[in-house]
Amino acid sequence: MSLRRQIVSGFRALVRSAAADRDVADEIEHYLAEATAAYRERGLSDHEARRAAQLDLGSRTAIRQEIRAVGWETGIESLLLDLRRAVRRLRRSPAFAAVTAATLALGIGASTSMFSVVRPVLLQSLPYPDADRLVTIADAGDAGGTPIDVTFGTFLEVVARSRSLQSAAVTRSWQPTLNGYGDAERLDGQSVSGDYFRVLGVGPAIGRDFSGADDRPGAPQVAIITDGLWRRRFGGDASVIGRTIRLDGAAVTIVGIMPRTFENVWSAQAQIWRPLGYDPSLPVQGREWGHHLQLIARVRSDSKLDTTSRELASIARTPAAPFSRPAWASLRGGFLINPLQDLVTARVKPALRSVTIGALLLLLIAAVNIVNLMLARGAERRTELATCAALGASRARLLTPLLGEALVLALVGGTLGVALAYMMVNALIAFEGFALPRLDAIRVDPAALAFAAALSTSIGIIAGCIPGLALSPGIEAPGPGPRVIAGHHRLRRGFVAAEVALAMVLLVGAGLLVRSVRQLMAVPPGFRPERVLTLQVQTAGREFRSPDTVRALFESVREAVRRVPGVASAALTSQLPLTGDGDIYGAGTKDDSALPPGADPSAYRYAISADYLATMGIALERGRTINEQDRSGGQPVALISASVARRRFPGRDPIGQQLRLGPADNWFTVVGVVSNVKQLSLAASSPDAVYVPEAQWRFVDRAMWVVIRTTVDPATIETAARQAIRGVNPNQPIVQVATMEQRVAASMARQRLVMGAFDTFAAVALLLATIGIYGVLAGGVIERTKEIAVRTAVGASRASIMGQVGRQAIAMAAIGIVVGGAVARAMSRSLVALLFEISPIDGLTYVGVAVLLLIAATVSAIVPAWRAARIEPALALRS
Amino acid sequence: MYFTKSEGSVADANTDVIQGTLDMLILKALSLEPLHGFGIGRRLEQLSGHVFKVNPGSLLTALTRLERYGWLESEWADTPNARRARFYRLTRAGRKQLREETTDWARRAGAIARILDAEG
Repeated sequence: MSLRRQIVSGFRALVRSAAADRDVADEIEHYLAEATAAYRERGLSDHEARRAAQLDLGSRTAIRQEIRAVGWETGIESLLLDLRRAVRRLRRSPAFAAVTAATLALGIGASTSMFSVVRPVLLQSLPYPDADRLVTIADAGDAGGTPIDVTFGTFLEVVARSRSLQSAAVTRSWQPTLNGYGDAERLDGQSVSGDYFRVLGVGPAIGRDFSGADDRPGAPQVAIITDGLWRRRFGGDASVIGRTIRLDGAAVTIVGIMPRTFENVWSAQAQIWRPLGYDPSLPVQGREWGHHLQLIARVRSDSKLDTTSRELASIARTPAAPFSRPAWASLRGGFLINPLQDLVTARVKPALRSVTIGALLLLLIAAVNIVNLMLARGAERRTELATCAALGASRARLLTPLLGEALVLALVGGTLGVALAYMMVNALIAFEGFALPRLDAIRVDPAALAFAAALSTSIGIIAGCIPGLALSPGIEAPGPGPRVIAGHHRLRRGFVAAEVALAMVLLVGAGLLVRSVRQLMAVPPGFRPERVLTLQVQTAGREFRSPDTVRALFESVREAVRRVPGVASAALTSQLPLTGDGDIYGAGTKDDSALPPGADPSAYRYAISADYLATMGIALERGRTINEQDRSGGQPVALISASVARRRFPGRDPIGQQLRLGPADNWFTVVGVVSNVKQLSLAASSPDAVYVPEAQWRFVDRAMWVVIRTTVDPATIETAARQAIRGVNPNQPIVQVATMEQRVAASMARQRLVMGAFDTFAAVALLLATIGIYGVLAGGVIERTKEIAVRTAVGASRASIMGQVGRQAIAMAAIGIVVGGAVARAMSRSLVALLFEISPIDGLTYVGVAVLLLIAATVSAIVPAWRAARIEPALALRS
Repeated sequence: MYFTKSEGSVADANTDVIQGTLDMLILKALSLEPLHGFGIGRRLEQLSGHVFKVNPGSLLTALTRLERYGWLESEWADTPNARRARFYRLTRAGRKQLREETTDWARRAGAIARILDAEG
């Protein structure tokens, strides 16, 4: 007997159930006719023959049902019938149905959307062959511990000396402007050493990979592009291979197109790649010794990650000929090696993990809520069920109505939840500032749908069975004994206490996050963000070969912007706070004894124009600011942050002291001290900064931020500012336009997102816990009407009756608070990464949440207590 | 295989089919020629020398089940006396099943007979 046949014929019977029914009926009629005929042949009259045949046959309906019950599909049919009945019953109590389904929808929606995000981001391996063997390698810096980009020299040494790495490549970001083929467009891309795609293990779908010959200085320029760029700009025409395009005015030949499925997790926006083309002879003054390359490597299959770590540590410790190392790339601190997956996910992991835990807690509380409501419904229908039991309904048959209702609720909730999950996932993807990795892989996919379906079905089954099982000892006979009712009540109170506990956990999380965000918002950023518009102007291409043209362009841009109506002042800076810029140089003094050994000597370097401090609103604490007279050729001057003054010139007046930044001969005279500024984020605490006049920095910065302080709403002058800059040179891209207030807000985005999620979850949890307490109390008062009436009759005061109800509420809440507090304490450690200047076991938060829950319990007790107090003693006599 | 419900108490003259053997007997009846439901019942009574009386409900249920197993096929056709009836026919799988059940039955009946002989 094949399973396939069972299934096929079962479905056929389901689909053609009317026809199948008719067939069975016809067959029975035919049997009857034949039997009647047979009896007639034996000499019975027509009437007697028919009667005898019918007696033989028995009940035709029974036979029909028995025949129909042969296949598995009958089970489904009776289930469908139960579900239809359940829907009808639920429609009679729409409020109950709506609340239950809505909370379940929220729980399932939140968990399903987190499942859709967490699976590709945290659980699945990256979309490369043997992705677990891909690692990132960073220079640990002189002080050790802070990953910094590697130099090309370090890369060459690692590649030549390492045995445990199969291949390695370095990359740096590259933003060329594409001319021709329509509007000029700034592309995101990467310059990569020749083996980059071989390290990843994915090659172009069309055309060829970079070869060793492509990656030499002076080699003909070639590029590989993404499938997306190919379709968008080149119409998906394969003949683009070998064609020459113009990037930053130079001719570049397209040699390859990556597969459509290729994901560049390293730099997800990259659309185009070119060979790095660095000089392997490593000229000492060249870019080859700059810390600006990201190193990615593939560990050999026969090697382990810690073997590689040990080997690289030993390479770092033992400089060997012919590899020379300049002082700033001495590898004294060794290397930091991490799986590529960590690099991609580390940023978002704490936030994702927290929201996922929150979503699961919400799901749990929604599930407990539905169990509780089903228990209440079961109790209400006890008499009805007992009557059915007395009439001989089987126990299983008694369970099915409640199961049907629970399943209908769960399925409705699940369906709504999936719809919600689609919206939540889209919102998460679009949420700026969160910057989720692997966006292309995040979607509500069949696995997520299966997850949601499994969740809702199991919740439905559990919620449907628990009341039946809890009640059935009492259903056997009408009028269940008091022991059963008491047990049933204990169960419900237990579930309500569990709801309170879950609400406690979510509320504590929400409370901690709210307080963190409030603390973050109170952090002084070191500048005045109000009414400041910022944007970045980039220079690239032939016309800007000479540093003087670049500087001239930026100066003209500043002049042009300053003349825009509504602009109070405008300034330039090479890096801007809270943009992700982290341009760091080693700083030194003539006498470095002030710095304890092992301390990090580096500082943020800002190359600024005059007016920068005033425009950003950074306070000058001592000395003078940088002005228009600090020109190239003049005495090199610098401003230092208060932290540098304290750390490097303790007990001395820093004004007039000498300070080195970067290269050994790059000395500046300190002329001023400014207040500390938050560069990386509001939470980060590395304020050391040195400001030098742009004109006096020995290298030219090819991208500069334009900072504009306005007298009007800064957003309103964006268009005018853009026009002014285009008036200077229409070909240079203007990017990353935002007000400083937006940047401050974005730097808290992750905490805010998690806080928002927890706030929502916690609010729902609090509501459900309150409803749960109310439900149990109200049900208890109704069931104990007689008892209360008797007590009132024998003289119990209204206050004591109300007090009893109130005490029950407090007892449930107290148990929940104690259990929930312990769970929250254990779980809050996972929130640590998101908290700011607050302990995960912050007492105030715990106490505040406990008080809130007690208040909620008291509020939910008011109406039941009032009702209990109004029960007339006469009722005891009447019933 | 032995799904057949208890067919009630064993009566004297007209006995219900022995529990668990109805499927095999139906297959045997159909191995000779295609029959409709009533025809199968009548054939079994005749073949058993009117010892067995087949319960119509059990018979029709068994037919549906055996068809679901793929041992029988059915189609509606006219009977000689011009009624429309559902005729059942043995499939190849059904024939194989009949052989297996016959062998099995012979083995077990032999065993029972040996036990009874020993007691006698």
